[in-house]
Amino acid sequence: MTKEMKSAAAGQRWLSAVLRSREGNLVLLIAVLTLLTTSLNPRFISPQSLKDLMLNVSIIALLVLGQTVIILMRQIDLSISSIAGITAFFSGTLFINYPGIPSLAVVLIAILAGLLLGGVNAALIAWGRIPALITTLGTLYIFRGANYAWVHGRQVNAVNVPGSFLAIGTSTFVGIPILTWIVLILLVVFAIGLRQYRVGREFYAIGSNPNAAVLAGINVSRRLATGFLISGAIAGLAGALWLARFGTVDATAAEGIELSVITSTVVGGVAITGGVGSVVGAVLGALLLSVFSSTLVFLRVPSFWQQAFQGAMLLLAIAADAYLAHRHALRLRVKWSHV
Amino acid sequence: MSQSQPSTRRLARRVSWETILALLVLIAVIGGTLLNKDFLTVENWSNLLANFVEIALMALPLSLIVITNEIDLSVASMLGLSSSLLGLLWEYKLAMPLAIVICLVVGALCGALNGFLIVRFRLPSLAVTIGTLALFRGFAYIVLGDKAVADYPPEYAEFGIGNVPYTFIPSPFVLFIVLALIFWVVLHHTTVGRSLYAIGGNQTAARFSGVNISQLKMLLFIASGAISALAGIVFTFRFSSSRADNGTGFELSAIAAVFLGGVTVQGGKGTVTGVVLSLLLIGIINNVLTLADVASEVLRIVTGSLLIISILLPNLIASTHERLRLRERQREINRLVGASVAK
Repeated sequence: MTKEMKSAAAGQRWLSAVLRSREGNLVLLIAVLTLLTTSLNPRFISPQSLKDLMLNVSIIALLVLGQTVIILMRQIDLSISSIAGITAFFSGTLFINYPGIPSLAVVLIAILAGLLLGGVNAALIAWGRIPALITTLGTLYIFRGANYAWVHGRQVNAVNVPGSFLAIGTSTFVGIPILTWIVLILLVVFAIGLRQYRVGREFYAIGSNPNAAVLAGINVSRRLATGFLISGAIAGLAGALWLARFGTVDATAAEGIELSVITSTVVGGVAITGGVGSVVGAVLGALLLSVFSSTLVFLRVPSFWQQAFQGAMLLLAIAADAYLAHRHALRLRVKWSHV
Repeated sequence: MSQSQPSTRRLARRVSWETILALLVLIAVIGGTLLNKDFLTVENWSNLLANFVEIALMALPLSLIVITNEIDLSVASMLGLSSSLLGLLWEYKLAMPLAIVICLVVGALCGALNGFLIVRFRLPSLAVTIGTLALFRGFAYIVLGDKAVADYPPEYAEFGIGNVPYTFIPSPFVLFIVLALIFWVVLHHTTVGRSLYAIGGNQTAARFSGVNISQLKMLLFIASGAISALAGIVFTFRFSSSRADNGTGFELSAIAAVFLGGVTVQGGKGTVTGVVLSLLLIGIINNVLTLADVASEVLRIVTGSLLIISILLPNLIASTHERLRLRERQREINRLVGASVAK
């Protein structure tokens, strides 16, 4: 075999690996979409619009990290938007009530607050044995209702928040916004944690087959609680960063954002039936959705179409996952039928 | 103690969830009357019934869907879509009866899409209807944008806010009474109803007993779509207003009513009577709180809490029962072991 043939074969293998993995597909899709839109409107890849894109995707991508853990376990967390909303306003009031409080302290307190609210979900789901959908649908409204009652028409404005804190949402480091750096670092932590560590593998095991997980000696209740605590803490952090990004926060902050997060996660290849997917794919899913929605803006599609597109993409992703799982099952059956 | 325990358990078995709900409704009525002198007036009751008619309509097919162990989260979005579509068609000067029929058909088609994805592709209903929750609400925005249509003809607006002549019953509420009766007959007195319980109890067993699961589920989701569209039409006439965001979040109240009504999450259990009573209970609680000038955001907290409590409470009762039963059995084993050792 000549050298060229070998490298060609290697290239082909590499290509087929890219085409076969969800992450590879997503990167390709994002690239194609970007090229298409850029050819129609070159301003699409101007530094400013790239920065906007990164900032827009960051908070969703952050929440996607927590949601991935949840969906991997065949659960769902609808309450993240309400947790992020309440902690965003809470962070703002901390700056107002305690002038001179360090930004880091506010971020940590916001994470703690998120952890606490996530703890409510965790207790109800793991020990109250209420399905996650019902629990988090309930707490979605309870937390948001509490937020409305507490905020009572007030607002936190950018003037109430110190510039050093707002800088998290506006300034860049090596060309990438600090907000995006935070998400990237957490992405690496989550990717390694889910791949290499026992806790991470247990999340996958629970989602693949809950009964088998119990028989394998996994404390399912405790892992469920861990997941919802993580999701809550991440939502708390997202709330603080929401304040840093937008400066102005009222009772409606982050309302409805859970739909984008769940759609991103599922489009990113985390199967809604649990046990399958990666956090990198999920974040790429968020990026794809974000690129797609800015494409719509650049193509002057009315903003009213956004939500319908998001719903359609979620349905497509679920259907695609089910189809792939079905084909995989068929292939396994053929493979073993000769034995 | 050994005497009283079985008797309390027998009592617990005899007291159905419906009886408990009926007692709670009675307590709520008495409480409301004592708390507020405006509560037990004809006018207030007419308001009370009118205010939950949309949610009550959507809760009927939803409870049957939950009995078969599925869920439909998209009901409120189908309501919004139907309301927006009615507005658009009216703007295009379409005859109102025709517009209403089109809205109902579109609702049924939306439900059919849900059913098709769930039945044909075996996708989880939870995921599908989260997707269509966004999709149908998106359609509503595409249809009407941020406009509002309000110039409905007076005779239809009158249907929305008027009462049945010589009674305090709001006209739209008649729709609910008729549909509740139909659902009650279907669920409790036909083979279809028994089949629905069978599907919820054990889907595989139901399939082997010759129940056409796909067809029944499809029918339920279509019914859910058509009735949600009907609820959208009622909402539109009641407020004389079509907006794309009409009824946002109503799915929470509908689901809360279904679970509070004694339909279990695991499927296979629940009655129409229970759901009607729980709707009445939620309606009364909301009404009493509104009369007491409690802000609408607090109502959201109450509804969310009711949803969680309606499942938490039976779970706690069941686990306590289980613990008591285990302890009793352990005592029995100890006694037997003791007896055999003595022998």
